[in-house]
Amino acid sequence: MKRALAIMVGAALILLLATLTLVAMPYLQMSAEQVPPDLKPYTEQQQRGRQLYIANGCVYCHSQQPRDPGFAPGDKERGWGRPSVPGDYAYDQPHLLGTMRTGPDLFNIGARQPSIDWQLMHLYNPRAVIKGSIMPSYPFLFRHVDEPVEGDKVVNVPPPYGPESGKIVATDDALALAEYLLALDHTYPAPTLPKVPAKASPKSDESKEQRAP
Amino acid sequence: MTPTIAILLIITFVLSTVGLLLLIWSIANNQFSHGQAAARTIFSPGEEGHSEDPARPADQPFTGDTSEQAAAIKARWTADQSSRTAVLTWLSSSVFWLLLGSLFGLTSSIKMHLPEFLAASEFLTFGRVRPVHLNAVTYGWASMAGIGVALFLIPRLFKTSLAGGKYAVLGGFIWNIGLVLGLSAITLGLSDGEEWLEFPWQVDVLFVVGGAMCAIPLLLTAANRQVEHLYVTSWYLMAALVWFPILFLIANLPYTFPGASGATVNWWFAHNVLGLWVTPIGIGIAYYMIPKILGKPIISYQLSLIGFWSLALFYSQVGIHHLIGGPIPTWLVTLSIVHSVMMSIPVITVAINHHGTMIGNFGRLKDSPTLRFVWIGALMYTVSSLQGSMEALRSINVITHFTHYTVGHAHLGMYAFLSFILFGAVYFIMPRLTNWEWPWRRLISLHFWLVSIGILIYVVSLTVGGWKQGLALLDAEMPFMDIVRMTLPALQARTVGGALMTLGHLVFAFHFIAMLMRRGTATEQPTLFRPVVKENAQ
Repeated sequence: MKRALAIMVGAALILLLATLTLVAMPYLQMSAEQVPPDLKPYTEQQQRGRQLYIANGCVYCHSQQPRDPGFAPGDKERGWGRPSVPGDYAYDQPHLLGTMRTGPDLFNIGARQPSIDWQLMHLYNPRAVIKGSIMPSYPFLFRHVDEPVEGDKVVNVPPPYGPESGKIVATDDALALAEYLLALDHTYPAPTLPKVPAKASPKSDESKEQRAP
Repeated sequence: MTPTIAILLIITFVLSTVGLLLLIWSIANNQFSHGQAAARTIFSPGEEGHSEDPARPADQPFTGDTSEQAAAIKARWTADQSSRTAVLTWLSSSVFWLLLGSLFGLTSSIKMHLPEFLAASEFLTFGRVRPVHLNAVTYGWASMAGIGVALFLIPRLFKTSLAGGKYAVLGGFIWNIGLVLGLSAITLGLSDGEEWLEFPWQVDVLFVVGGAMCAIPLLLTAANRQVEHLYVTSWYLMAALVWFPILFLIANLPYTFPGASGATVNWWFAHNVLGLWVTPIGIGIAYYMIPKILGKPIISYQLSLIGFWSLALFYSQVGIHHLIGGPIPTWLVTLSIVHSVMMSIPVITVAINHHGTMIGNFGRLKDSPTLRFVWIGALMYTVSSLQGSMEALRSINVITHFTHYTVGHAHLGMYAFLSFILFGAVYFIMPRLTNWEWPWRRLISLHFWLVSIGILIYVVSLTVGGWKQGLALLDAEMPFMDIVRMTLPALQARTVGGALMTLGHLVFAFHFIAMLMRRGTATEQPTLFRPVVKENAQ
C-alpha cells in the first residue's frame, strides 16, 4: 500500500507542478495585462449573439487569433488583422480562439464585412454570397413569412437561394448573432504590441485608416 | 516580465534539487533493483513461456504442472470472475457510446463536403454534431472502455479479488447519466463553448463522482494485494485515475479563467486528457497484453519505470503547443514545445519495450486477434507521438496549425493507438468473463480489416490534404475559396474512411452482444484468426 500511495502522490505532485506553470502563472501574468482602451465591452445583444456562436459551434471552423506576420505572413496579408494580444480578449468568457480554419479567421470580420445585410444573407445561405462555400446554412435562424410586418428585418435572398414566394425575415437570434459578428472588429492599435514597427506597419492593416485618432 | 522569469528560475532550481534528492533516495532504497524479476510478476508460477491467449479455462494452454501452479491459475480465474459485473457494466456502455459517437462522427464528416446535409434542424447543425461526436467517443467510448479494462486488470495485477466492485457499477451508472445529460445539452445548444470541455459544468460533477467511485475498488483492492511488486501497468492505471479527476475538476471550474488565460487552461486540459488519461491507460494495457500473450516478460523493466516518470513529467506540460502563434506569453509556448520534444524520451522507452519484446514473435500476429490489435495500437502510439513532437516545432506548426492535418493526427492517436488497444483488450477479456468463446472468427477478421483500412484512408487523406491546406494558407496570393476547394477530395476520402470504421464498429458491437447473450455454438478451440491452434510461444 505504501508504494501504491507513493506512486499516486508522486503523480499528483507532478501534475501540480504542471498546473503551476501552465495554469496559475499564465493566469497571473495575463490578468495583469493592460486592456486596450479602445476595446468596448459587449452589449447585451452582442453577448446573446456570442452565446449563439457557441451553441452552434462556429468555433469548430473559425479561429479568432491572427498570428504575427513575422511568423505566419498569410494571416495579415489576407486582411485578418494585426496579431492579437491577451488584452483583446478581456471580455471573452469563455474564450473562442479556435483551432481550425476550415473557414477564415473572424477576429476582424466586423471590419471586413461591415454590412448587416451581408452577414444575415451569409448566415441564411452562405452560397448566396460566396460561391462554393462549405459552411452550413442556418435556416432555423430565420422565418419564412408571406408578408413582413412593421419592424421585421427582411433579408433579400437572391434566387435561386430564396423561397419561391414570400419573404425571409431574420429572427432576434439571427440579428443578435450578426451584431456579434459586426462587433468583431479589433482594428484599434494594441498598446502591448512592440512599438518598434509602429512607424511603418500598423496602418497598412487593410481597412481602418480612418480610425486613427 | 521579470517576475515571471524569476519564478521560472526558482521553479527550475527547486525542481532539480528535488529530482536529485529523489535520485539519491531511490538509490539508497534499492529502487533500481527490481529488474527482470519484477517484470515476471504478471505470470503465475511456471506460466512463463506459455501464451495466455484467448481461452476459456478449459482451453488454456497452461493449467499448471503441479498442484501449486494449478492453484495459482484457479485463483486468477476467481479474480477474473470477481470483476465480472463491474467490467461488463463499463464495457457494454462503452460499446454503445462507440456506435453513437461513430454515427455522429460520420455525419459531421459528410457535412464538411455536403453543407446542406441535415442543415435544416438546429439540433443537427454541424457545430453541434461534431462536439457530440468528440465527447461521445472520448468520455463514452475511450474513457468507459479504458476504465472497464482497468477494472479487469486491477485484480489480476494485485492477484486478489476485486474489492468494492459495486462502487464501480454505481459509478458506471452515474457516468452514463452524465453522458446522456451532457450530450443532450450540446444538442440543445447549451455547450460550455470550449473544445473538450463542452459539457455544462453542472453535468461535469457527475463525471467526477462517477470516476471517484472507481477509485474506491482500486484503493481497496490495492490494500488487499497479494504481490510484492507493483507491475508497471498498475503504475499507469493508478496514476491515470489520480490525474483525471484533478484535471477535469480544475478545467471545469466555472467563471474562473477569462479570455486568453482561459485558452491556456483549455489546452492544458485538452492535451492532458490525451497524455495523462487515455495514454497511460493504453500503454498500461499494452504493457500487460503483449508479454502475457507471448508468454515472455518485457525486455527491460527499468526502462519501463523511467518511461513512466518521464511521461508524467513531460506530458503534463505540452498542452500550450496548441496555441503556438496565439495571444499568450512566448515563454509559455516555448515551455510546451520543449516538453513536447522531450516526450520522445518516454515514447522511445515504451517503444523499445513493446516492440523489442515482439522481436522474434511477429508470427503470432497471424493468429492472435488481441495481439494484432494491441501491437498495431502500440506501434501507432510510437508513430503518432513522434509525429506530435514534430508538430509542436514552430516551423512545422506554422503549416499544420488550423488545418485538417491536426485532425488526422488526433485520430491516429485516439483511434489507431488507443481504440485498437481497447479492441484487443476486449477480445481478451470477454471470453474470460462470460466463459464463452467468440462465436465467429470471421467477424473478428472483418472488424479488423474494416477499421484498419478505414483509419488508413482517414489519416492519409487528411495528412496530405491538411499539409497542402497549411502551405496554401501561408500564401496570401491563393484565394481562400481555392483552398476550400482544394481540400474537398481529402474531406470526401475521410467520409469513406469513416464509413468503413463505422461499419467495423457495427460488426464489433454485434459480436459483443452475441458474446453477452452467449450466441453461436460452443467451440472447443479458442477463436483465433486461423482455425488451427498453434502453440509456438518462445
